[in-house]
Amino acid sequence: MDSFNGDKLAGSSPVPNVAAEAASFAPPSLRDCRTESPFIQYTLIILAWFFFLGILGIPILYLFTQAFSGGISLFFQSIFADKDTLNSIFLTLTIAPLAVLLNTVFGLNAAWLLTRYRFPGRTLILTLIDLPFAVSPVVTGLCLVILAGSRTWVGYWLDRLGIPFLNNTPSMVMGTMFVTLPIIVRELIPVLEEIGPEQELAATSLGANGTQMFLRITLPNIAIGLLYGVLLCNARAIGEFASVAVVSGRIAGATETMPLRVERLFQEYKSPADFALASLLALMAFGTLLAKGLIENRLNYRHHSVKKGKMGQ
Amino acid sequence: MNRLAPKVLPGFGITLGFTLTYLGFLVLLPLGALMFQALSNNPFDFFRSAFHPRALSAYWNSFSMAFSAALLNTFIGLLIAWVLVRYRFFGRRFMDAVIDLPFALPTSVAGFVYSTLYSERGWLGEFLGQNGIHLTHTWFLTVLVLLFTGFPFVVRTVQPVLEELDGDLEEAAAILGANRFQTFIHVIMPSILPALITGFSLAFARGLGEYGSIVFVSSNLPYRSETGPVLIVSRLEENAINDASAAAIVMLMASFGMLLLINTLQKRRQSNG
Repeated sequence: MDSFNGDKLAGSSPVPNVAAEAASFAPPSLRDCRTESPFIQYTLIILAWFFFLGILGIPILYLFTQAFSGGISLFFQSIFADKDTLNSIFLTLTIAPLAVLLNTVFGLNAAWLLTRYRFPGRTLILTLIDLPFAVSPVVTGLCLVILAGSRTWVGYWLDRLGIPFLNNTPSMVMGTMFVTLPIIVRELIPVLEEIGPEQELAATSLGANGTQMFLRITLPNIAIGLLYGVLLCNARAIGEFASVAVVSGRIAGATETMPLRVERLFQEYKSPADFALASLLALMAFGTLLAKGLIENRLNYRHHSVKKGKMGQ
Repeated sequence: MNRLAPKVLPGFGITLGFTLTYLGFLVLLPLGALMFQALSNNPFDFFRSAFHPRALSAYWNSFSMAFSAALLNTFIGLLIAWVLVRYRFFGRRFMDAVIDLPFALPTSVAGFVYSTLYSERGWLGEFLGQNGIHLTHTWFLTVLVLLFTGFPFVVRTVQPVLEELDGDLEEAAAILGANRFQTFIHVIMPSILPALITGFSLAFARGLGEYGSIVFVSSNLPYRSETGPVLIVSRLEENAINDASAAAIVMLMASFGMLLLINTLQKRRQSNG
């Protein structure tokens, strides 16, 4: 009640008192009211470092320490002297680019379709694109095994025509494609939305055909977003384990990708070799992070995937 | 805005045809094969294998592990997002950049590193073993690995919301006499809650389907530590393809439910601002 006396009894109350009361009522400084005391700040920062190091830092440090504990030469020897390991690297470097390439073509098509036209069934296509995010990669692998099995006509024709599928590269590529399907589309849709169709409309009205418009207007506009999506898709494709494990039959030296090879080496107690191959995968992941950081910081690209569902109307 | 552009731009037919063909071959055909496999059986057999005690305990293991890890990740993720957005400290940019590592690192590498790190010869396993704690093949270690694989989800969904938060509201709260804790609960929390729930659901959904890391750290024993995806793989190895597809259908339905929930939440978040 006291603090309002000044307003009510303006005539009888001395002016300096009101000012003093008002001053004591206001917070010390507006600049401080959006932050915490230094004690709380330091506690939170230390806690954050604790979780960060405990969950991410120590395991990664352990991986590299173990991989290089025998020296650089042993590291290279355990990777390059093993024919099956080399084969797994070669296979991963075949499957991942193939899956990424096909998903890039699909991503460009689907993102263009979904951002530039409104048509019935559009939401259904969006849902289908998101589906692989919700399906466990193990289920993906199972689906492909059933699809190529003797009970479906797909399996029947694959068998009749003698096309190798299960326990072979095609099914592994298909599993990887399924799992990484949404990544590039989901990166391109917000980018295309943001740019809008005005420049493209101008180009077509000036007489450009579809190819010219795409190559001269659309592609340069979305190049950075596309690169970003390809990067994320590639990282996921290299690391794909479950679906590939199910469809590949895991034949050493033939259908083992790098992640599968790590598990094989681990189970056979080939100790420096498993760490070496795992750290090679980790180095690739750091390469991805570095490239991602460069795109975000140097090219000022804002990551869109966290805002997925933006188009879901 | 794009509604102004009807089919003036070229390429509608081609892109529609390509998109539908691609989705049909890659998504609909395999999922259709699974449905076909499950439905072509006697429905009684289907339910018996879908709700077999071993399958039920596998669903429960998946659910409890993924839920615990996602819940822990929600608190840790909020803490890290808060610290990254609000404070300036040594190594902040490094932390911000490396947070995404679990997205780029194969989950099998994560499982491999965790299982060796906590084994009796690994750094932490040796240290904990001296104190009588053995984590190898425990429920706790599996949750720990899921904590790793789902680590960036909450941070990356909450971070942008915290960055765009309107400072005026917090100042108003302070002027009206709220302390920082009250401001956090009543002013900041309501605006970041949808993002927190989205991050939680993403991490949870990822944990439900996780296989690559779990096979390394878990003992994968039926009834005790076997998860849904591990069950599906071992049924497949036993050549019990009907049991495998019944369990897969149940897992699929659960993840559809999650996807639906995430999309509804995100739509509500957009309409709120």
